[in-house]
Amino acid sequence: MTTSPTVSGSLRNRLVVTLIGGAAVLAILLFLTVRSYAAKVAQQGQDDILGASVSSILDAAALRDGQLEVDIPYAAFSMLSTPSDDRVFYAIYQDGEFLSGYEDLNLADGPIEGRWAFQTGQVRGERVRQVSASRKLVGLGRQTEIEVALGQTQDALSDTLDQISRNAAYLGIGFFLLTAALSFWVTSSTIGQLNKLTNSVTRRGPQDLSPFKKPVPKEMAPLVTSLNSLMGRLDQSLSQSEDFIAEAAHRVRTPLATVRSYAEATLHRVEREDNREALKAMVRAIDESSRAAGQLLDHAMITFRADHLEREDIDLVVLIRDLVQRLIPIAEMKELTLSLSGEPSVPYSGDSILIQNAVRNMVDNAMKYAPSDSAVEITIIAHPEPQIQVRDSGPGFPPDEIDTLTRRFERGQNAVGTIGSGLGLTIAQDVATAHGGSLILKNRSKGGACVILSL
Amino acid sequence: MRYLIALVLLAVPCLGWADDWEDRLIFNESAEGPRLRVISSTDTVLFAPVIEGFVAENPRISVEYLVSGTADINRRVRATPDAFDVIISSAMDLQLKLANDGFALPVDDVPVPHWAQWHHSLFAFTSEPATIVINRTAFEGQPIPQTRQSLIEALRKRPEEFRGKVGTYDVRQSGLGYLFATQDARASETYWRLMEVMGGLDVRLYCCSGEMINDLADGSILVAYNVLGSYAAVRAEGKDALEVVLPSDFQTIMMRTAMVSKATPEPKAAELLLRYLVTERPAVAEEASPLPLLQRNDGSDGRETIGLDPALLTFLDGLKRTKFLSAWEDAVIQ
Repeated sequence: MTTSPTVSGSLRNRLVVTLIGGAAVLAILLFLTVRSYAAKVAQQGQDDILGASVSSILDAAALRDGQLEVDIPYAAFSMLSTPSDDRVFYAIYQDGEFLSGYEDLNLADGPIEGRWAFQTGQVRGERVRQVSASRKLVGLGRQTEIEVALGQTQDALSDTLDQISRNAAYLGIGFFLLTAALSFWVTSSTIGQLNKLTNSVTRRGPQDLSPFKKPVPKEMAPLVTSLNSLMGRLDQSLSQSEDFIAEAAHRVRTPLATVRSYAEATLHRVEREDNREALKAMVRAIDESSRAAGQLLDHAMITFRADHLEREDIDLVVLIRDLVQRLIPIAEMKELTLSLSGEPSVPYSGDSILIQNAVRNMVDNAMKYAPSDSAVEITIIAHPEPQIQVRDSGPGFPPDEIDTLTRRFERGQNAVGTIGSGLGLTIAQDVATAHGGSLILKNRSKGGACVILSL
Repeated sequence: MRYLIALVLLAVPCLGWADDWEDRLIFNESAEGPRLRVISSTDTVLFAPVIEGFVAENPRISVEYLVSGTADINRRVRATPDAFDVIISSAMDLQLKLANDGFALPVDDVPVPHWAQWHHSLFAFTSEPATIVINRTAFEGQPIPQTRQSLIEALRKRPEEFRGKVGTYDVRQSGLGYLFATQDARASETYWRLMEVMGGLDVRLYCCSGEMINDLADGSILVAYNVLGSYAAVRAEGKDALEVVLPSDFQTIMMRTAMVSKATPEPKAAELLLRYLVTERPAVAEEASPLPLLQRNDGSDGRETIGLDPALLTFLDGLKRTKFLSAWEDAVIQ
């Protein structure tokens, strides 16, 4: 009956992929940013110390009697001490001529801009950060320029960077895991709202077309509003059509009764045989119409009562016995016996009018199809659930139609020629469903039909 | 006279330049395994128990022990780095410069405290203070000076008795003497005053602690300044005449250091010896070896260990050294 909708993609997957992908990109960005920033800071730290050291060496340079003296302060190299014991290289030049230190350490290639020039290069097979600086000394009638290059290996720096990278990686991974967990949570709680709505739609009874009143998130409000308005329109149109049918049936039944009484009266007065036959056929047709109208009214009534089911405590046996007694005259007219058997008392909580109506339709049906001089058996049992079974010894249900007979206006192949509207079993079924039970149609093994109203 | 002595002393290391050594000894000569060439500034008598302990543990290895002065060691290693496997010296600054210049082979995971190693290539294994050693006969009936200041006063009081009878390192020749001198000069001006006083008393200059102590023992000199405590202690035990004074104003403590030569053909055996020096020697050698164990002194009690850090390069700078030596010569050689 329900057709599965065309599925294209998944909101949950889209959300999860977007959020987790975004988190991964952010985590990587975070890692790279922290790392490059830390690298800059660490390099700045080394540069600052190198700069301070080279300044202190330059400050210690002096011209004495026209002779250059460089009294390197002890602190100049002492401050270059690092936890990784980095190697230190230095070279002092006077006017471009090597004076002291390591000859293989060259001055900065380009001109020294500002106070210091920093560069990174290779000295004695090791990566070295190097600073070059110069200072002009003016003596008596003489001017000289002292240039100092100071290099330091980067073991401590790379240790620091490794450590920072590790920590940044932990930070990134932690951020990613947290965000991933958060995205799963957000996704499932968002989709959960949809699921909740889906569940409450699914759980509704077939007749329940009342609007959804439970609070929903703002974004889902339009959906629920549309759903509510759709159901409102549906409900209205359903009840309008039920009303229409009930009204129509009522309007038709009353004039039919009048026509029937006139026809009966006329039948008594008419003596010509063919006229009498015509009048009899007329009365039969009127009966059939009137019965159909009655059943339509019953059906409308049942639909209404089932929607607003009011349960009361009743005894099914008393209820059915009462009904059977009322039906006995009709049965006798058709030369049938009605028998009631089963439990002495079956207490139940339900709508007595609905149940009586359903059983009457079942018995009516049985009486219609039962052959003369046969019996229609009505049995009431209490366990496992309250059941009212009606059996006849008629032709039974056509086996290939047994599942569809409870639909409205659906009549069996073998019902041709029998008065009936096709609403009887539908009514019984609606009553059973309204009480949370079901209607079971079976054929008896030794012939005849069996209808069980299970409550 | 002064100049004559100086000339003689200058000539001594020159004589030993070719393949002359102060001492040369081969341990475990019959071993078929590798032979380690250890160049060291430590006198054989002090170091022999250590090497003997090592070859007893490693009978396949033989050790050729070569003794020379600290400055000479520095020169030889720079000239022929592949001629030696392990370099041991008391001149921390020269050793650090060798390591900084790339002559040392880094050895990882040697269990020494961080302050006792540099760049995983230079490892300290003793702590030895610079001391004043005094021949007791010079101070009979008088208090023995315990500080540099009181030593200055004692020398000034009896200049005639001490003339020509005081000794110290010739810092121009001895790497260790230069290290002690520069560290003393950093620590206090008293050093310069003491040098001036000693210079005024025609100080005798020595290349090595051993010779100073010999002269002290036979009475040639009465006071020696900045003598290695370990050498003095060995002698002071035997000869009651000598008094080893740890100056109470401030002490300079040197750490003897060892490194594996980068050009060594026997890195594994050399590493074994290095590890033995820094880790196993302390376990066996408390009294067997006269070399004192490594100790941390942070200067809180006036005893300061010279730090193994690049600052040691400062006084090795050519300009700085020239300046220091000229100041020293001005004070000492008057």
